[in-house]
Amino acid sequence: MSLREERSMLWNAVVLALREIRRNLMRSFLTILGIVIGVAAVITMVTVGEGATAQVRQQIANMGSNLLMISPGKRLGPGQSSATVPFKEDDGEAILRDVTSIAAVAPVSSAGLKAVFGNQNWSTTVTGTETQYFDVTNRTIASGRKFSESEMRSGAAVCVIGSTVAKELFGSQDPLGQKIRLEKLACDVIGTLKEKGQSTMVDQDDVVVIPLRTFQRRVSGNLDVAMFQVTVREGASTEKARTDIRALLREHRHLSASDDDNFNIMDTKEISSMLTGTTKLLTALLSAVAAVSLLVGGIGIMNIMLVSVTERTREIGIRLAIGALEREVLVQFLVESAALSCLGGILGIALALAASVWGASLLGVPFVFQGGIVVLAFLFSGAVGVGFGYFPALKAAQLDPIEALRYE
Amino acid sequence: MGDLAHEDRTPIIELEGVTKVYGEGQAAMAALRGIDLRIHGGDFLAVMGPSGSGKSTCMNILGCLDTPTTGSYRFQGTEVGRLTRAQRTLLRRFYIGFVFQGYNLLKRTTALENVELPLIYRGLPAAPRRKRAIEALDVVGLADWKTHTPGELSGGQQQRVAIARAIATDPLVLFADEPTGNLDTSRAREIMDLLTGLNRDAGITIVMVTHEADMAAYAARMVHFLDGLVASEECNGRGH
Repeated sequence: MSLREERSMLWNAVVLALREIRRNLMRSFLTILGIVIGVAAVITMVTVGEGATAQVRQQIANMGSNLLMISPGKRLGPGQSSATVPFKEDDGEAILRDVTSIAAVAPVSSAGLKAVFGNQNWSTTVTGTETQYFDVTNRTIASGRKFSESEMRSGAAVCVIGSTVAKELFGSQDPLGQKIRLEKLACDVIGTLKEKGQSTMVDQDDVVVIPLRTFQRRVSGNLDVAMFQVTVREGASTEKARTDIRALLREHRHLSASDDDNFNIMDTKEISSMLTGTTKLLTALLSAVAAVSLLVGGIGIMNIMLVSVTERTREIGIRLAIGALEREVLVQFLVESAALSCLGGILGIALALAASVWGASLLGVPFVFQGGIVVLAFLFSGAVGVGFGYFPALKAAQLDPIEALRYE
Repeated sequence: MGDLAHEDRTPIIELEGVTKVYGEGQAAMAALRGIDLRIHGGDFLAVMGPSGSGKSTCMNILGCLDTPTTGSYRFQGTEVGRLTRAQRTLLRRFYIGFVFQGYNLLKRTTALENVELPLIYRGLPAAPRRKRAIEALDVVGLADWKTHTPGELSGGQQQRVAIARAIATDPLVLFADEPTGNLDTSRAREIMDLLTGLNRDAGITIVMVTHEADMAAYAARMVHFLDGLVASEECNGRGH
């Protein structure tokens, strides 16, 4: 056959297949439902997952590349012993004093508390820290001011609140100068933080910041510091800073050469990979489940194609008798199952785009169109049609025309 | 006899000692036990015989749907038994038209599309394909019914659509297997008149299987099958 004839034959097969699908509209729809759901699920998972990952990356990029987080305890991971020696404030002071490449150190301790104003209350995170915290974490004051030196030294009852807390407690009222209660601690609102937006897992604006001393005296009741956030001086090597801090802390914490570190220094790259790693694992797992449903969809197609071949035995007999080659009957049925599953793929993509936009807004992550996975899922759905349609199509093509014509 | 008139020409169809055995060993059953038959261009042959006489088996072999167990079947000089399945399909596609007892039209498909079907496999582009199909429907007198599906047509009309489908490709031989078997007498006569006309006017070679003597009488030549053998052969003396 010439190329033109070959093409026109394929085109005929497509027209024929679409006609056959339209003829059994309900059955065709039910058949491809598995593919629709599978494709939609895979694309949605990947799109939302990538959105979340992109967001985490963005947030971490916002922190700046020169940020280090130092926490007591060994590497984060399963089976971690909690019996660790906590940090004290002077560890941070020592870092700032002795490690020359460090620009600022902010001690950070946090607790979940209920904040009350009037008859409004809101569960939030209370962070005890020092005024450098705002610079180190890239937070800016929207209104009011930061803590003063004397407020920090004396452990004054003052706080800076995030926008979520402000909205929940004060609504449209101006929170500045008001008094909120954090359990037994009543403190003056002296500032509000500029909004930072929803993070994947935590609302970064759902926070109340108070001086560290106030936190230690009135909230935690001890002098521990949960972690230090450190910025490395502009232009200095983060790696060098890490090595220096490690050496200093090992000495400070009296570790012998054979002991493992009982603290943990993470840079933004590690934090990023830790957080995105979790999202990626989740995405991969959910996508695997979705892929299984694609497979099941394929089996559904094979099933219905087998039924179709049996139903149309006579038709196949006629075609074979009047001069259809095996190959042509094979192609006809393959095209039909491929058309079915591609149709499922297209519906699935449409569904996935709607679900991704909706899911992204629900989870508060940005919607990032993933062209790659859309194309991949579509090709895969086509491949499922061809793969699972092959056996029924072969069965049709290999029918004996004499027997097929006799079939009732 | 009919054969003698064609002695100088190569027959389209030549069977020599054709047998067909189904099953093996003890269960083996011979449907054909040595058939010799020659059919020339322009012949109208009726194959008669009671059921089980092997006439349908012979028809399947003649139509290149099946191959002989032993013996030789030459179609236009080509030994069919040695062809592959695909090659036999191509023989059917380009040289053979079929009319069946049960019409065997595609359901839920219009008369026109049914007639177009073999032309599709011949790779004819849409426009000439449509033209040829309408012409063929015109020959059988159903041009006005082209948009009707088989379910909307009477048995006689369906068989005429089937004949249109068979002749649309301008075949060398038309095989009709009990073409009037499902029709009442007057519809059957219409069909036979149509076939006779095609044979006479268009010169289409026709081989028809039937068990009705009335219908066989339309043919120029008759072959009687009995127990897998040609029992007798006679010429109607009409036309030839």
